[in-house]
Amino acid sequence: MKNQPFDYKEIPGWGMDADPENEPTYPMKNYTGDDHKRINYERSPQQPINVELLKSTERPAPSVVFGDTAPPSGLSGIIRRYAFKHSEDRYRHWIPLILADRINVYEGIIEDTVTGKLPNLFKEKGWSQEWKFDKLGVAKKAATVGFIAALAITYFREKRK
Amino acid sequence: MLAMNYRGPYRIRAEQRPMPEILHPEDAIVKVTRSCICGSDLHLYHGMVPDTRVGSTFGHEFIGIVQEVGSMVENVKVGDHVLVPFNIACGKCNFCKQGLYGNCHESNTMATAVGGIFGYSHTAGGFNGGQAEYVRVPYANFGPTVIPPDMDPDDAVLLTDVVPTGYQAAEMGGIKEGDTVVVFGAGPVGIMAARCAWFFGAARVIIIDHIEYRLEFARNYAKCEAYNFKSLEDPVMFIKKTTDWYGADVCIDCVGCEAEGNTLQTFTGRVMLMQAGSATALQWAVNSVKKGGIVSVVGVYGPPFNFAPMGNILNKGLTLRANQASVKRLLPKLIDHVQSGRLSPKELITHRVPLAEVSEAYRLFSSKLDNCIKTVLIP
Repeated sequence: MKNQPFDYKEIPGWGMDADPENEPTYPMKNYTGDDHKRINYERSPQQPINVELLKSTERPAPSVVFGDTAPPSGLSGIIRRYAFKHSEDRYRHWIPLILADRINVYEGIIEDTVTGKLPNLFKEKGWSQEWKFDKLGVAKKAATVGFIAALAITYFREKRK
Repeated sequence: MLAMNYRGPYRIRAEQRPMPEILHPEDAIVKVTRSCICGSDLHLYHGMVPDTRVGSTFGHEFIGIVQEVGSMVENVKVGDHVLVPFNIACGKCNFCKQGLYGNCHESNTMATAVGGIFGYSHTAGGFNGGQAEYVRVPYANFGPTVIPPDMDPDDAVLLTDVVPTGYQAAEMGGIKEGDTVVVFGAGPVGIMAARCAWFFGAARVIIIDHIEYRLEFARNYAKCEAYNFKSLEDPVMFIKKTTDWYGADVCIDCVGCEAEGNTLQTFTGRVMLMQAGSATALQWAVNSVKKGGIVSVVGVYGPPFNFAPMGNILNKGLTLRANQASVKRLLPKLIDHVQSGRLSPKELITHRVPLAEVSEAYRLFSSKLDNCIKTVLIP
């Protein structure tokens, strides 16, 4: 059975208790009623789309402006394209994006290596600050790692015997 | 130009990158004069935000000098020193027209749940950020605001996010005269929320964290009570007791997805990534507020979901209010607070670091070394 259109204003009592000041989002939101016009508002001209742009399935068209940084590429790009076939409501949107991010890190290392920029992990991770301001913490971490490594080595040596 | 370059969780570097270009007639190119590292940048740095792509430049708190404008830009001109709100807003869509500038519908193609934000992953629009020498600023007719000539640039840069976010956290709390307000998180935003709670007539402001030097800073700066949750057996019980077993009138979550203090939340949210970070502060806020109270959330949580005590929100009849700060809406009031001397944001700045040392600056802030509250990058 189809829903039949009707004039809801004919319903007895319709709107009689409406209180425009009962707006729990005020002052964050200055309610104007424009929400009921939906997406029919004046838009600026569209930014030309010169890069591959992944669009949320929850909107009909790209936003007027968008960022053009790091378009999808490689294996992570394939996964991102898959993710963007699904709405923001679905785990199959977000979980693949997290996976793609992790793969993208290794793609970055390969890219760096190919272009002759070997990653300087000590510098990139800012470890000099840990040493400068928290020598005791660094020593504790080093001791923990050393202890676990020693345990592992001992375990495997014993196993070989 | 020199810019920050994200290479993966806990790995960033400063390197030469191409200059930004005008891509839309309402764009401007801004030469950055100061840029901050925000607590929410750490969520990106720690790899917590989906669709954070290698090669991105972070930074949504920055000021700078207009270097170039697009053909339709009329409201700012080359040479203007502007502060740029962290949200990218068109000013024309229905959400912008109602003052929801953090929810613009025309600045983010990649997600509908959030408007565009500078340098905050592709989930927030894929824009490069201001931790660079130059940055592209869309909607230059609307967002950038000329810095008053008598304003200290250090104050101005904090008006792009920290001050409006802290202020809106208090505003959303619907604080009434005489209220007891509890703020979870003594980072820059939490400290500012505690300070701003007094503007709305609070009678008692309590801030909860576990980092002693930040609690001490909050006590002095925000004139509030400050407690270390590690020295309290149970922060919720503490708040109940200290409010005559009633609950706080308003609770504010200024922590977001990297909260500590609850083993289950930490393990499932931060270690296993089974939820979008740890929602400990939100849980404490819901459970500490009085029945019929208001919980205000400005701490950043990522998609897709978090474990929160929804049953208690229902059964206590709570009002949960949350949003990204609407910077442009709040700026006139906040500029007045700063110019009149009621607020002094620049006191939050503890470290100034050259942009070339951005990786060290992130580590310093992330590991909370050297009593760091707020770090400013100088290009």
